[in-house]
Amino acid sequence: MIENKRVLLLSGHYGSGKTNIAVNLAMDLKKKYPNIAIADLDIVNPYFRTKDSEAELKTAGIRLICSDYANSNVDIPALPQDLYAITDDRSLRAVIDVGGDDRGALALGRIAPALREENNYEMLMVINCYRPLTRDAESTLEVMREIECACGIPFTGVINNSNLGIETTAEDVLASVPYAKAVADLSGLPLVMTSVTAILAEQLKGQIPDLFPMNLYVESAIR
Amino acid sequence: MAEKVLMKGNEAIAEAALHAGCRHYFGYPITPQTEIAAYMAKRMPKIGGTFLQAESEIAAINMVYGVASAGYRVMTSSSSPGISLKGEGLSYLAGADLPALVVNVQRGGPGLGGIQPSQSDYFQATRGGGHGDYHMIVLAPASVQEMAELTIKGFELADTYRMTSMILADGTMGQMMEPVALDLEVKPAPAKPWATNGTKLQREHNIVNSLSLVPDELEQLNFARYERYRTVEENVVMYEEYMMEDADICIAAFGIAARVSKNAINEARRQGIKVGMIRPITLWPFPKEVFRRAADHVKTFISVELSMGQMIEDVRLATECRAPVLLCNRVGGMIPSPEQVLETIQNVVKNGGAN
Repeated sequence: MIENKRVLLLSGHYGSGKTNIAVNLAMDLKKKYPNIAIADLDIVNPYFRTKDSEAELKTAGIRLICSDYANSNVDIPALPQDLYAITDDRSLRAVIDVGGDDRGALALGRIAPALREENNYEMLMVINCYRPLTRDAESTLEVMREIECACGIPFTGVINNSNLGIETTAEDVLASVPYAKAVADLSGLPLVMTSVTAILAEQLKGQIPDLFPMNLYVESAIR
Repeated sequence: MAEKVLMKGNEAIAEAALHAGCRHYFGYPITPQTEIAAYMAKRMPKIGGTFLQAESEIAAINMVYGVASAGYRVMTSSSSPGISLKGEGLSYLAGADLPALVVNVQRGGPGLGGIQPSQSDYFQATRGGGHGDYHMIVLAPASVQEMAELTIKGFELADTYRMTSMILADGTMGQMMEPVALDLEVKPAPAKPWATNGTKLQREHNIVNSLSLVPDELEQLNFARYERYRTVEENVVMYEEYMMEDADICIAAFGIAARVSKNAINEARRQGIKVGMIRPITLWPFPKEVFRRAADHVKTFISVELSMGQMIEDVRLATECRAPVLLCNRVGGMIPSPEQVLETIQNVVKNGGAN
């Protein structure tokens, strides 16, 4: 269902896995649509960025919209000027990696009026019950409300990305299903998919609906 | 096995501090440690604690002084340039023999430097950081789990020895995410009869102060403090030995450098090179004895650091220069790769340094 919308916004608690899902969604969309952009709106965290995947995105022919200062040693909360391409050029399909939490989502407010006016977007909350501040539906909803207040766009769906990093097992994902359902129920929003690594997707086939298999583009090389 | 959560190193420090009973945090944002302050800002109000974003790093460390004087577990955190600003306060804490926890998630320097990881505050941390004769207990975590465990350890040691404990991490340790088990044991804080927490008309009032104008009294205070430091050196040393039994080459590395080195050692072992590692976990007190013993069979030491070579001096002192100590490093926010470390090991073998 989310594919029908021109702009996909991914938000959530920082460290929930937004950036990796955003890159995977963009790669997926590129298979169906010619004109795809991915935008990194994170003005808070200068460490893990969409720009880490610059080479892969370039190879795939996906336009990367991000601050010139991302991943540089310059700690400046800057927004890219070509961000406006997303609202101005309606032939473009875009995945927007919104910054973590309410502070990160604040920057989205700049283009929120245009997005609301066009009304052709999905605003997706990425959730992970293994993160300490979003362990249950209540605390997750609290983060959702803070983000909505900061950026001025209400959520339209939930993505369950519950994981324990490289140690994640199929059992961990299965154990997160009731949590994801509780978040969906409490917020009144649909659970649009459960994102897992391609290996886990194979193991979980048939056990969880709407699995989204991912490659890990943003990952620490240090074990 | 205990239930795990996925945490950033910075968050693990903050959560572990709460576990340790710390209810007072004073800080000021600076990359790459800001998540500690952000986490405290969210959690402290919910558990009846105090989070305060001070007007500066200097203000924050002096607020730490105040709460420590009252006998409560208290902490502040910053990154390299911010720690320099705290230097005066660190010296005052030492002069007043106050327990506190200070976190330094290091970034590239000197000056304002960069925001990427570094270990170039080693001298500053292990030699005190401020003016006067004093030490801090310096703990160097190498995983998110250790970020949590050493934070608790830091509070306990600070209370036991009435010293500042410093967590000396780096940007990578602060930012990386790993699963953590948080069912950590915490020893209750010992009684603090010296604390300025009200006489209740039951005792004489306590004075916490670092001013001492009579020279021979100040000398005695210094002597007594160093007597206590000797106890710390005897009781607190922590390190990890990795494949050291038969090692001809020994890598000395802490924190992120140790993780990189482990990969290089595993590959070198596959190639038949007898290399191991000593990873200091306490940087002060430095694990001198294990290095001294290693020098009985090690032909060459390699210090792997994210600095221009700082810990290397302690390795040379501990081994009494009985074997050469080489430096393998990157600086400015760069991290040595396992390949670079492996190449350094292979070059030692090539040049006959393993015989």
